[in-house]
Amino acid sequence: MSEELVCITCPMGCRLSVDRTEGGLAVTGNRCARGIKYAEEELLAPKRMVSATARIAGVERTELDGIARLPVRTSLPYPKEGVPGLLKAIYALDVRLPVKRGAVLIADYEGSGVDVIAARSLP
Amino acid sequence: MKELNFDAAVIGGGAAGMAAARELDAAGFSVVIIEREERLGGILGQCIHNGFGLIEFNEELTGPEFAERMQERIEGTGIRTFTGATVMEMDARAEIKTLYCYSASLGVLRLNARAVVLAMGCRERNRGNIRIPGDRPAGVYTAGLAQRLVNIEGLVPGKNAVIIGSGDIGLIMARRMSWVGCKVHAVVEILPYPSGLTRNIVQCLNDFGIPLYLSHLTTRIIGRERVEGVEITPIENGALMHEKAFVIPCDTVLLSVGLVPENELSKGAGVELNPMTGGPMVDSMLMTNVPGVFACGNVLHVHDLVDYVAEEARRAGANVARWLKGAKPAREARLKSGPNVRYLAPSRVDLDGDNKLYLRTLIVKNGASLEVKVNNRVVKTRKLAHIQPSEMITVELGPKDLESAAGLPDPTVEVAIV
Repeated sequence: MSEELVCITCPMGCRLSVDRTEGGLAVTGNRCARGIKYAEEELLAPKRMVSATARIAGVERTELDGIARLPVRTSLPYPKEGVPGLLKAIYALDVRLPVKRGAVLIADYEGSGVDVIAARSLP
Repeated sequence: MKELNFDAAVIGGGAAGMAAARELDAAGFSVVIIEREERLGGILGQCIHNGFGLIEFNEELTGPEFAERMQERIEGTGIRTFTGATVMEMDARAEIKTLYCYSASLGVLRLNARAVVLAMGCRERNRGNIRIPGDRPAGVYTAGLAQRLVNIEGLVPGKNAVIIGSGDIGLIMARRMSWVGCKVHAVVEILPYPSGLTRNIVQCLNDFGIPLYLSHLTTRIIGRERVEGVEITPIENGALMHEKAFVIPCDTVLLSVGLVPENELSKGAGVELNPMTGGPMVDSMLMTNVPGVFACGNVLHVHDLVDYVAEEARRAGANVARWLKGAKPAREARLKSGPNVRYLAPSRVDLDGDNKLYLRTLIVKNGASLEVKVNNRVVKTRKLAHIQPSEMITVELGPKDLESAAGLPDPTVEVAIV
């Protein structure tokens, strides 16, 4: 039975039909080669960029002109099934200020090669 | 009252304001940015998801990163910034324009400038704008307000949410709310197709199993003190199917039902608005009908990418610098939105210069074609692989394309989608 998928590489939104074969995936419905690559990534090893916010050590809600949380993101897309665990790790952070944009807050999470970094600088 | 004089004043310190001010400063003019919030960056600060900057910085950034990069570009320049200062009134009748600003730290400020750049951005449509009937309980938020509460102030507005409207902010918030432990029960869209990008449908709804109800209208908000549910009614062949209405219990409703340019200040100064965009009518230099008052970014028309905002604002800033030196277009033609075009910005083209136009279409189509006509004769065509109302289309027109308009008394340039 084939699996249905919408390619999101570009706005065309090709509707892909994918069959799992012994040699890999058989993709139809794609208008270009990127559709095949998308189907392979999405079905065999889906990944997502994760952005969230982290607690700032010792900051009350009214301080910092109302900024109570530090925005953070992954340095690279992270395997989709591990996102809930990664979010838990982000929510467990307690970031000390000052922090510079790009500062690594979690290095090489679970040996994935993906870091969690600060998305803004705060003094 | 403190009074200061500048060559140019920029109202709004978001992506548009910063980009425009930078051009003016680089051209040697004195510039001031007046920003209502305590810091520069505008709405970018709360848009913590990625997807910004692919054109401007050639990498994928989050909103706060994009804002900080823009801010770094103007650090160490001569640009004067007033944050926490609100422009209450603009008097643009004379050659020298005056802005009356209030600031908690400085009191009333009077800023005089030869040119003004409107860069105030846009705001969200709310419940009143779309007239959802029912009770008036707590728990009804615009998606952008909820985004600010969650991402900046660290407050989660509810535990069980329904999102009305399938705009990108609503979709992004569906994922964000899910990631902070709020259950999103549905996204309800009146149109038969989603307003947001397919990418966001896949990654913000499908990933979390959130149902999208297309061709459905929210017919009632239920709840005395706090929201208890919403009544949803299917639309079939343009008619409400009341017998098929159903209620989704929830404690929070987020509205993602469109954005409107914020032009109260412009209207007060006599700036003429375009009813299709809600933004000012501007000529090929992005100047409004009030000489010396220019507009760019979301206050002009709502863009879908901040990268386009920065590009347009840079152009506006450069034009203001040229205008301050006395330049103006020798020959312009009126632009007309042809079939399937909702609007074009700006409203005029310079026949002797390079023009960049932004437009939105009214239709969803694969394999469309864009046509530019001068007094009904086609002068340029372009193939468009895929078009939809939520994706802005860019058109470039140079003197060669418009050469046939040059000899005509009152030429009209029409852009159509077929």
